[in-house]
Amino acid sequence: MTAVIALVAGLLFGSGLLVCGMTDPANVLAFLDVGGQWSPSLPLTMAAAIAVALPAYAYARRTGRSLRGITIEVADRPHIDGALLWGSSLFGIGWGLTGVCPGPALVLVSTGTPNAVTFAVAYVIGVYAVDSLSVRGASSRRCGTASATAFF
Amino acid sequence: MSAVSIPVWQSLAGGALIGAGAGVLLLGNGRVAGISGIAGRLLNGTLGEQAWHVAFIAGLVIPALAIGSGTAQLTGSAPLIAIAGLLVGYGTRTASGCTSGHGVCGNANLSPRSLVATITFMGVAMLTVALRHLAGAA
Repeated sequence: MTAVIALVAGLLFGSGLLVCGMTDPANVLAFLDVGGQWSPSLPLTMAAAIAVALPAYAYARRTGRSLRGITIEVADRPHIDGALLWGSSLFGIGWGLTGVCPGPALVLVSTGTPNAVTFAVAYVIGVYAVDSLSVRGASSRRCGTASATAFF
Repeated sequence: MSAVSIPVWQSLAGGALIGAGAGVLLLGNGRVAGISGIAGRLLNGTLGEQAWHVAFIAGLVIPALAIGSGTAQLTGSAPLIAIAGLLVGYGTRTASGCTSGHGVCGNANLSPRSLVATITFMGVAMLTVALRHLAGAA
């Protein structure tokens, strides 16, 4: 059942990425390029996504449980630390260079173009580098982990 | 590459679908729809969790495989793309989230951490694009 729900959630998410056009790096770069023909499509998409997810998170915060009774572990809210700022900055450089973030990257790599595969291999090396060097702050968390937590 | 102007309804409907996916995963499984976290745990996780990670990622790519992702193309030189991939993998792992984990889920959870992360990666990405223009590239 957990896998079925995850599949449905993934289908909704993946359909959304296609409908909003954000799997196309050109559309993302159009937002990031404030000096060019600036496009507000990405923040519009993000605002709509947040608006729809907001009540679900409010419910989860209040009850601490999923509708199926799975405990959503309430972690201490870690403070804003160097790992958050440093990591987000590096991500921002990579995002600005290509217009690709992890969700669209997965969609693009499924099409199997050489550039997308190059990106994906480099991405995996980047993730392993962090895990093996353990540079992430002790208070930082992964989203979507076993112990995780809707509370970043 | 050139962007086509996206109709407002399409941005809103696409965003609503993404938010619905995040909501279903949270209310159904009690989990956060952060792609970098899910992909990271897929590489490095426990078996029990990996089943739903695989299911989620399958769902994520099935629509594109079914109808095609249109004209979406990742363009640029191979070294540039490799460097960007490294930075996105390393950065999102270090910051514990990306455009979905912090940008959508964390902000929907009203997390100050996620708001700071979102402002940081958007600001730096805009600066990166601007600097590349100044340098005469792209």
